[in-house]
Amino acid sequence: MSQHRLLVAATCLLVSSVALAQDATGTLQKIKETNTISLGHRESSIPFSYYNDKQEVIGYSQELMMKAVDAIKADLKLPNLKVTLTPVTSQNRISLVQNGTVDIVCGSATNNLERQKQVAFSTTIFVIGTRLLTKKTSGIKDFADLAGKNVVVTAGTTSERLLRKLNEDKKMDMSIISAKDHGESFLTLETGRAVAFMMDDALLAGQVANSKHPEEWAIVGKPMSNEAYGCMMRKDDPQFKKIVDDTFAKLMTSGEAAKIYAKWFMAPVPPKGLNLNFPMSDDMIEAYKHPNDMAFP
Amino acid sequence: MNYHWNWAIFLTETPSGSTTYMGWMLSGLEVTLALSLSAWIIALLVGGLMGVLRTVPNRWLSGIATVYVEIFRNTPLLVQLFIWYFVLPELLPTAMGDAIKSLNPFLQQFLAAMVCLALFTGARVCEQVRSGINSLAVGQKSAGLALGLTLPQTYRYVILPMAIRIILPPLTSEFLNIFKNSAVASTIGLLELAAQGRQLVDYTAQPYESFIAVTVMFMVINTVVMILMHKVEARVRVPGGGH
Repeated sequence: MSQHRLLVAATCLLVSSVALAQDATGTLQKIKETNTISLGHRESSIPFSYYNDKQEVIGYSQELMMKAVDAIKADLKLPNLKVTLTPVTSQNRISLVQNGTVDIVCGSATNNLERQKQVAFSTTIFVIGTRLLTKKTSGIKDFADLAGKNVVVTAGTTSERLLRKLNEDKKMDMSIISAKDHGESFLTLETGRAVAFMMDDALLAGQVANSKHPEEWAIVGKPMSNEAYGCMMRKDDPQFKKIVDDTFAKLMTSGEAAKIYAKWFMAPVPPKGLNLNFPMSDDMIEAYKHPNDMAFP
Repeated sequence: MNYHWNWAIFLTETPSGSTTYMGWMLSGLEVTLALSLSAWIIALLVGGLMGVLRTVPNRWLSGIATVYVEIFRNTPLLVQLFIWYFVLPELLPTAMGDAIKSLNPFLQQFLAAMVCLALFTGARVCEQVRSGINSLAVGQKSAGLALGLTLPQTYRYVILPMAIRIILPPLTSEFLNIFKNSAVASTIGLLELAAQGRQLVDYTAQPYESFIAVTVMFMVINTVVMILMHKVEARVRVPGGGH
């Protein structure tokens, strides 16, 4: 009996010390020990992170993330570092970073204060404005024209909050539809259930590029907010974050990031070879000039 | 794993300020209950009628019921929901489709989800009603008819009172299923319990508290349903039926 107890106690001690040892070591240590880095990506965030027709992950964020992987390879002297790719959604990405399934996720995640309590954000890789997508013939020019109309947003986005708040503050009597993902939001707009779709302008441009009749659609309105996109990593891991941040900062200040930007936003991109024609905004130019990891207020 | 637990999040005010996050969960609970109960009532009516039709000695009537069951039981619930919500308004004449699409979005989502859940569950109820009826000894129907009752009267006074009591336990599990299945409505944007839980995650980045709360609420609903149904089952048990 007492021997049993001793065994149990010893096992507990062993397990907890192993757990402690894992806690104490950072992501870099884990990468070194396993010779593997685990990346999270999106499946359809065009042109940030998505599959091409060969089921390879491509996009602006993905390309930046691979640059960070190169830097880690060089830093840890692991030329044969194994890279595993895991698709994530906007609902599970935070949990998967926290529980160690993925070490870093670069997609289209907004850096905000609530999320900073759970995960760390890299240097800002993109700045968007929240605007409206509507049919050119709809007569909608700005947010004020939405009074009394049906408007769609994607559930779980900052746009959803802003739109609901605007509706209450200004008593605009809009009917707000929260669709599951951007594709469904666009479908809701396309089938006439809503007159406008509010979302991050770069993602709206992606939806238009992917639509059947790109020429029918227009992105309108003064941006209601600006948001900073960053890559998500585990909190309290300064070594790992530093390599990623430094990599991005170097790309941005050297002008290399601008080339990557042009490749994804100013030139034809898969799957349909359409050009998003989405020139860099002033905020974006500023973010490249002074790389930082701050959330927009 | 270093997760930042915060159970007080439910008492925090939402950004729009009119309620707390708990208020969101409760309003989601209301929608889930309203949706599931209304769909359940329709499912019982449709399933009961179709179940009887499946067993009547008329090839046309039982054929109609068979087609209904095969269509609604053999396609995924999610696909059915998308058809009701996205496809149906496009198939109807343009004026009618536009009229549907200009309804209040909440009403559109609620009605699509209600009809979808009701007909899906109705097909399953139908099969249970049919098996309940078929489980009775043939002699019961013959005896009813021999007594001079018409076929509808035999169903009304002899077959159905027995069959319904026999199928109560499997019906209870369908009743439990309809609450769980109602969560698919979140995919068309209806803010029921699961959707409110997801929305809470999006706003607060506290996934574990939210998912645990949603799980607990579904379990509470289903525990209450189970207790009630056990009471009903005990009361209407066929005496000497050995159940």
